[in-house]
Amino acid sequence: MLQRRKFLFAILALAPTLAIYAWVRVYPIGDVLRLSLYQWNLLSRNKPFIGLENFRALLDDQLFLDAITNTSIIAFGILAITIPLGMGLAMLIHARAASRLSGFYETAIFLPHVASLVPAAMAWKWIFDARLGPLNALLGWFGVQPKAWLFDPVLAVVCIIVLGAWQALGYAVLIFLVGIKNLPTAPYEAAKIDGASPWQSFRYISIPLLKPITLYVSVVTLVAGFNVYAQAFVLASDSQGAPGRLVRVLVLDMMENSFRNYRFGYAAAEAVVLLLVVLSLTAIQFGLLRERGGRA
Amino acid sequence: MSDAATSRSSALSPATRQRVTDLAIDAVLLIFSLAMLLPLFLLVANAFKSPQELLQWPPTILPRAGTLDNFRSVIGDTPLLQWVLNSFLFAILSTIAIVATSAISGYVFGKFRNRLINALFAIILATAIVPFEVYMIPLYFNVQKLGLLNSIWGLLIGYLVMSFGIFLIRQYVIATIPDELIEAARIDGAGEFWIFWKVIVPLLRGPLGALAVLAFFQAWTAFAWPLIIATTKESYTIEVGLALFQTGFTVDLGRLSAAAALVLVPSVTLFAVLRRNFVQGVASTGFRE
Repeated sequence: MLQRRKFLFAILALAPTLAIYAWVRVYPIGDVLRLSLYQWNLLSRNKPFIGLENFRALLDDQLFLDAITNTSIIAFGILAITIPLGMGLAMLIHARAASRLSGFYETAIFLPHVASLVPAAMAWKWIFDARLGPLNALLGWFGVQPKAWLFDPVLAVVCIIVLGAWQALGYAVLIFLVGIKNLPTAPYEAAKIDGASPWQSFRYISIPLLKPITLYVSVVTLVAGFNVYAQAFVLASDSQGAPGRLVRVLVLDMMENSFRNYRFGYAAAEAVVLLLVVLSLTAIQFGLLRERGGRA
Repeated sequence: MSDAATSRSSALSPATRQRVTDLAIDAVLLIFSLAMLLPLFLLVANAFKSPQELLQWPPTILPRAGTLDNFRSVIGDTPLLQWVLNSFLFAILSTIAIVATSAISGYVFGKFRNRLINALFAIILATAIVPFEVYMIPLYFNVQKLGLLNSIWGLLIGYLVMSFGIFLIRQYVIATIPDELIEAARIDGAGEFWIFWKVIVPLLRGPLGALAVLAFFQAWTAFAWPLIIATTKESYTIEVGLALFQTGFTVDLGRLSAAAALVLVPSVTLFAVLRRNFVQGVASTGFRE
């Protein structure tokens, strides 16, 4: 009797949330998988089923290939800066946890992560500006020739990586700090008795113990990196102001194919590619975690 | 840096050496923290510069003769305040929806477990892995079918629920709310909804506060979704308005910076005030396995 009453409450209480989920998550995810198999253009009357044809066409699409190359370089570039720097800074902040300034360090490093993306990107756009920006002025003091940072395809990618790492760093430091606070103290005491230097205990105790945290932060950073969009939209506008012409990224290519060219089936196939990337990164994370558990 | 400091002071007592190391670490962290803040600081400084000063080479750091003209003209000539209002309403409504759905379903998933309910939770958790950009296109058609394009309600549809919020509340409920408390209320004859509202919700104030801050900032900084849903100048959110404004007026850096500063300063202040809540919310994602 009570069991049935409880179950009824549970279902009634969940019903609104489940209905919303079905409509704004489950159905659209299913629909994107379905759309990717159709030639679904806004204007055409028939929208025939074409199997994997959209995916085959993607492989011949130079714009898409550029986009996925740029996106991967950006995502792994951000990762390569964020993980070592984030771990190092978290270690230093942890070492100074007693300091009155530790709250300031945490806030200052974390602020870029919550600052609105577009204004932040605009700040960097000025810093990188070829004619008026402070970066070229600074480099000028060291005798470096001014560079057109945002108008060179290679340098523009570097700029997006710097902006992305600046934003991602605060999150990495925060999660590493939580991980470092939860580390056991016994191994460090033992190492100290054995005469290990601080660097040695960092290298041979902290880094291995932090592996699950490092994996987690890496996957979150990479997934966010693969979704890079606003950064490229603001930073890499061309001289006429058209956004993202110079550095094409995956989400941008997808948005153009759907909302400019109205090729929704084709854009859905790109979305599925993005999904596959994210799923494989997550699978790799879980695989590496399990491997570690097996050895322990 | 700290290594050099340590070796130089090796003749000193351990306590002094520790102090020198601490000072060296402080110096590194202080320089780094200021460097992280520098871009935001430069942006706000530019907002107070006159057009002549902005064209100077080398660029100035602090405005030499501060002016409010940029702010005046940007508020007068663009629907900036309308955009801020749109963003604000969108973020508030999204926060309310996320807090409400997360509170009740987190509680149910935490305390009313059977095979069906666990399976439903697994589905919700699984959808959390899928980035928003993946299913944005079909979701756009949902909004279009309802005739809600270019409205705050259309924006809201993308940000009604947050899987992580449900997860956060569920974990908190399991870890901190004893079954005996709920049983005792039942024996006293309390109804299930009454128990949720009068007993559980007050106990969830902490995590719901953290979640609210997360949800607000998530909607406030949203970009790709508002860009496709809000396509008329009156319906832009502030992020979209600014992004399109900056591609249109590539030269007018002063007004751009003023607009950006008007957005950045309140949200950064809000963050500083709510820092503890926010950090608690974000940090707890670190425990996700």
